[in-house]
Amino acid sequence: MLLPRKNHVHAWLLLMPAAILLIAFTHYPTVTTVVKSLFSKGTAIRPSRFTGLDNYGMMMADPVFWKVLGNNLWFALGTIPTSIALAILMALFVNRALPGRSLVRMAYFTPTILPMIAVANIWLFFYTPDIGLIDQILTGVGLSGHNWLGDPATVLPAVMVMTIWKEAGFFMIFYLAAMQNIPPELKEAARLEGAGRWTYFFRVMFPLLMPTTLFVFINAVLNSFKLVDHLFVLTKGGPDNASNLLLYYIFETAFSYFETHYAAALTVVLLLLLAGMALGQFFILDKRVHYR
Amino acid sequence: MRQKMHLTVMGLLLTVCLMAGTAAAKQTELTMYYPVAVGGPLTQVIDGMVDEFMAENPGIKVNAIYAGNYNDARIKALAALKSGRPAQLSVLFSIDIYELIEQDAIVAFDDVVQTAEEKAWLDSFHPTLMENGKTGGKTWGIPFQRSTIVMYYNKDLFKQAGLDPEQPPATWDEMVSMGKQLTASDRWGIMIPSTGYPYWMFGALAMQNGQVLMNGDGNATYFDHPAVIEALQFWKDLGGKHGVMPAGTIEWGTLRQNFLEGKTAMMWHSTGNLTAVKDNADFDFGVAMLPASKRRGTPTGGGNFYIFKQTAPDERRAAMQLIKFMTGPENSARWSMKTGYMGVSPAAYNTEALKDYVSEFPYAAVARDQLDYATAELSTYQTGRIRKTLDDAIQAALTGAKAPEAALKEAQGVADRLLKPYR
Repeated sequence: MLLPRKNHVHAWLLLMPAAILLIAFTHYPTVTTVVKSLFSKGTAIRPSRFTGLDNYGMMMADPVFWKVLGNNLWFALGTIPTSIALAILMALFVNRALPGRSLVRMAYFTPTILPMIAVANIWLFFYTPDIGLIDQILTGVGLSGHNWLGDPATVLPAVMVMTIWKEAGFFMIFYLAAMQNIPPELKEAARLEGAGRWTYFFRVMFPLLMPTTLFVFINAVLNSFKLVDHLFVLTKGGPDNASNLLLYYIFETAFSYFETHYAAALTVVLLLLLAGMALGQFFILDKRVHYR
Repeated sequence: MRQKMHLTVMGLLLTVCLMAGTAAAKQTELTMYYPVAVGGPLTQVIDGMVDEFMAENPGIKVNAIYAGNYNDARIKALAALKSGRPAQLSVLFSIDIYELIEQDAIVAFDDVVQTAEEKAWLDSFHPTLMENGKTGGKTWGIPFQRSTIVMYYNKDLFKQAGLDPEQPPATWDEMVSMGKQLTASDRWGIMIPSTGYPYWMFGALAMQNGQVLMNGDGNATYFDHPAVIEALQFWKDLGGKHGVMPAGTIEWGTLRQNFLEGKTAMMWHSTGNLTAVKDNADFDFGVAMLPASKRRGTPTGGGNFYIFKQTAPDERRAAMQLIKFMTGPENSARWSMKTGYMGVSPAAYNTEALKDYVSEFPYAAVARDQLDYATAELSTYQTGRIRKTLDDAIQAALTGAKAPEAALKEAQGVADRLLKPYR
């Protein structure tokens, strides 16, 4: 059925503010980024010129890029499952009748409301050799300390631990809300049928939580690729790029080296990665999710 | 044709009218960005100095804008330039000079000064501080908040270890042997930071071993010189072979705290921390020049004044007047006492105020005295990337991922590739 002409105009007028914002701040920059990635670095003395896929070729040969990409994958693998599992555990814990429940909930949520830079600063002092909290505890029980952020083997896990600590509390809120939406009759019915706690959790509760899990999972994946602020304070991507992640590398390339065109090419890769993952999640995982 | 002539004349007339208009207003407005890289309420000091300048020069209005750290300040200044509303002058990292020249963003001071007195002014600063401000025979930057690396040491711990607290190590060998005496189960002999600005600390070690890191034209580096490789080996050995420093990298940001808590007996750090250490140390501390291997050495560091190219002639003159005021002996002395940055000219150390301060607190003059042994900070074309390459190489060597020689040869290869177009 066709709408009368007047309604069309009306509809477009209503959509316009949102459309303008979306185009101006999302689509236009995306297109310029793609275009820019096809040009060479320009300065006043050497203007930039069209070089086709040169920037991408340079990327393929850039060991730092591959290192950073690998780091990012490890980082995602290391943080996402753990923080989701922790979030469910914490939500289960504070969903019960518990003395001082709201206090515990608040405690779990605190890491999320603290500004990231402050958090990173706190953890910087946790990890500092000798004067840091972790080393003080270790030496207190007779073990020797360790230079957590100075050792390429431990620096990325150290950042992961902090990220999990920060993310789990945030995800817990979603799980808690979802759990409170599950009708109590289901639990009663399961109990009457003789189902134990584990069976109830895996057969009833967890499937009902799947929409939340999908939502949280997508968020977690995006976050793991968007992480940049801790790195400024904690490691600057070092030592020797052992904790450098893709977005931080893009920032450095654009604003420390002023290679904005190479940074644009890196951004395109990041965009493609994120878009690919989001599509995969929506089209593949969505089919396995049970909605009521 | 006739009409075109007509238009041109009209245009000229309009221009003349407009110029007359600005001249009649007689108010030159300047926008200046400046960074603060150390702690303390330094923005108040700057604002106070700018207010005094405006009181003395009613024809000039100055908007001084705090712009974050060095990196942020450079990004803001260049962004303003691209947006068509540029600042007229800024304090930026002294090592940004090649980037600014390549962006065609700044003018040389030689093109702004006119009188003989002004030309003499260009030569009134410590020559070593000018090294980072000069290239190709021209002066592009005027020193303002400048520093060197100095060695802070804990006199109480020196006494405890049976060492003379007035005799800090003067050579690498002494630093190692004293470091061994100072190292105990709960503290280290020395810490040299290797995050944040590893290339800066390394510039000192390399120079002490007889080799600077780059040439004066900003288009060649000497990372794979045997003396430079030896210097990195020595840095690594402090943590490995000699055991006087923790292995791995040492955090720039928490090092001062380590020192204040007595976890290390000596530290290398910017003289910009002097006032903060003085205010917070609950033990007797000393400040010394860095020790020598073949000679003493340190790079300078910190920020310079630049004048941007997109400025009217009267704005350039006004900007220079402001810079002259801010770097004048009295103001430079005041700035030095409030921060620990050094006075930028010999005249600053001849003011009554700074003379008194130095006689009461002699360590305020260590950075100046060390200037006799100093050189420019690592600064080249493509500077961000080359610096990062060297940083990575240093960290790879310190953490044991690569041997010093292999890491530095690789870094030199990258630098050669990046700098080839500039030779």
